[in-house]
Amino acid sequence: MKKIVALVLVLVLCAAFAGCSKSEEKADVKGEGVMTYAQYIAADFDTEVVVETYVQAKQSWWDNKATFYTQDKDGAYFLYEMPCTEEEYNKLTKGTKIKVTGYKSQWSGEVEITDAKFEIEEGSYTASAFDATSLLGTADLEKHQNEFVAFKGMTIDAYDETGAAFAYKNDAEKTDDLYFKASKDGKSLDLCVEFYLTGKDTDVYKAVEGLNVGDTVDIECFLYWYNGANPHVVAVTKK
Amino acid sequence: MMKKVLVFLFSLLFVLTFSGCHGSKGLDPFVEPEEFDLSKGYEITFWAKNDTNKVQTRIYEKALSDFHALYPNITVNMRLYTDYGKIYNDVITNIATNTTPNLCITYPDHIATYISGSNIVVPLEDLFDDPKYGLGGSEVRFDAPAKEEIVPQFLRECTIGDHTYALPFMRSTEACYINKTYVEAMGYEIPDILTWDYIWEVSEAALKKDGEGNFLVNGQKIMIPFIYKSTDNMMIQMLRQKNAPYSNEEGEIGIFSDDTKELLYTIAEHTKTGAFSTFKIDSYPGNFLNAGQCIFAVDSTAGATWIGSDAPLLDISEDQLVEFETAVRPVPQFDPAHPQMISQGPSLCVFNKRDPQEVLASWLFMQYLLSNEVQIAYSETEGYVPVTTKAQESEAYLDYLSRCGEDQQEHYEVKIKASELLLSNTRFTFTTPVFNGSASLRDAAGQMIENTAKSVRRKEKVDDAYFAKLFTDVNALYHLDQKSTGAIEKSDLGALPKTASSLLIILAAVWVLIGIWALRNFLRRKKTDPTH
Repeated sequence: MKKIVALVLVLVLCAAFAGCSKSEEKADVKGEGVMTYAQYIAADFDTEVVVETYVQAKQSWWDNKATFYTQDKDGAYFLYEMPCTEEEYNKLTKGTKIKVTGYKSQWSGEVEITDAKFEIEEGSYTASAFDATSLLGTADLEKHQNEFVAFKGMTIDAYDETGAAFAYKNDAEKTDDLYFKASKDGKSLDLCVEFYLTGKDTDVYKAVEGLNVGDTVDIECFLYWYNGANPHVVAVTKK
Repeated sequence: MMKKVLVFLFSLLFVLTFSGCHGSKGLDPFVEPEEFDLSKGYEITFWAKNDTNKVQTRIYEKALSDFHALYPNITVNMRLYTDYGKIYNDVITNIATNTTPNLCITYPDHIATYISGSNIVVPLEDLFDDPKYGLGGSEVRFDAPAKEEIVPQFLRECTIGDHTYALPFMRSTEACYINKTYVEAMGYEIPDILTWDYIWEVSEAALKKDGEGNFLVNGQKIMIPFIYKSTDNMMIQMLRQKNAPYSNEEGEIGIFSDDTKELLYTIAEHTKTGAFSTFKIDSYPGNFLNAGQCIFAVDSTAGATWIGSDAPLLDISEDQLVEFETAVRPVPQFDPAHPQMISQGPSLCVFNKRDPQEVLASWLFMQYLLSNEVQIAYSETEGYVPVTTKAQESEAYLDYLSRCGEDQQEHYEVKIKASELLLSNTRFTFTTPVFNGSASLRDAAGQMIENTAKSVRRKEKVDDAYFAKLFTDVNALYHLDQKSTGAIEKSDLGALPKTASSLLIILAAVWVLIGIWALRNFLRRKKTDPTH
């Protein structure tokens, strides 16, 4: 009898776990009039789009607007300079679900939603980093544009002819972005520590300032695009 | 007795604090000292801007150190910005706390806002003419330019109202950078002076595609024939060339006119076909030009090092770059016989301080930035031109120009051609009237082009009703209907309203009572606590 009970319990547990992981992978159920990620991707530029998405990170608030990195379970949406009050900005914490109405636009290859309006909805989701290392140098990398991704086992390359491992946009004052390069198996990536996302007091800014050419690192970033992949880095871990 | 004394002292302190808060009239006007005190040390702050160009940073640093060698009692601390707007915002913030830098890189539009406070920026006329410390004065320890050696056109731009508040530092204009290879392949020749009709005609012709949807001119899927970086400048220059209203010296605004509407209709027409776009909508015109995806890229001459197949600075990857010949021309014109183009570029202003000697030290450094050493070196970093005839006519500078195209760095052809464009067209340059609010007007001018282009792309109906609403919206967005009509008005707010005065008195009284209470408690504790 005990054996049967144990077996049943094991089966129930297995089913429960299977159920859990399935619901993790399940696509979002969208509200009425809201696009799926596939519909968003298929939409033409300069057309109105309506999406439901979850805030993953945000750049600093200024002049009643801010830029947000958002993602649902199927893909990412970059919300460029979305109007919001400071009070609203403070409510848009990591995981917050929002319904966004705006225009699909493209700037230097970066697909984004501009002139957006939003409303906060019930729900929460935090994306874990998708390992995009194997996609380096392939056309498939762009399919993950704006997503929270990881590149693992990357080697830090010299940023420029000086041989430095990184460069400041404003090297005198250090009040702007940081740039560096990393590669794996001959496939190189230009990376950026975006000052308005992670300023000079953040761990990632300091970590990049501590890099040396030849270091091996794991990188977590939002896969921003500027005339090609130009991720906005949020974590760098030396191996 | 002791208590009464303390209460009196507290009350006095609070009263003085409050009178200091409200009654302050700011700084007294700057009065130039007879002599510069060389025995005393001065530490002055200079807020500068570089174009993310490390050579410019090195030139500033060298200027600081060379100047310190000439004046060991003056140390200049520099803070570098990569954006004029940030300097402007920081200056505004620091005016309120009396912590402005000693001098900064600026634009006359910005100074117009700074001087809405009392004695914030130092008028320079008396300093110019001072025989000892003035421009090229007898006591100046370097070869400074005389007033007559500053290009008069550039110096006039620094006059606001009745005073000259700035010195020009560098000057540039806009250039139309052209993919000559593509234009000639389409069967067109490039005239010396472009007209708007020519630009639109060639741009429309460049949109022809093959059966597979590739543009014939470049064989690519992407082609935006005409991209404008600064739509503010685009609208300002178009209006000027048509002799249409923009604003006058009194600050009266004229941009919401039928002339503007007519221009916007034309822009809408060519946006609809895909012939025209802007930096804000698509990206840097130079990047598209370098990738063979643009024919006419209008950008500052100060950005010339980013333009062309052999550009020393590149923002796109090598595999995106295409080979082509670059032609450099002035911006398109409505009347090619009478070309008109904007004059732009950084100027310098000195902020007033309590110690006039500190101001004099700042003025000396400001003059040093106009010396040939700095002027020539800095102008060579981009398509800038020196602001003094002394530098422009110097042997060193003429030699630099004569070596156009000799290499792809210092003598990069596109960069030197961009400088020559301004040198040979200085007499055709203009600036817009400066008044408190002129910076907002400039933004509004560009915003109308951006909004129109975006609306066309989004397939909104663009008609008279659209433009009526656009004018109203832009007017409100930039608060243009709330600008003072006076060119430079210093508002005297008069005495505080009675309610505000009463509130301040009550607040002072409350603070005094709190102080008395805290002191009383302290004295009581002291009496009862043997350890004190």
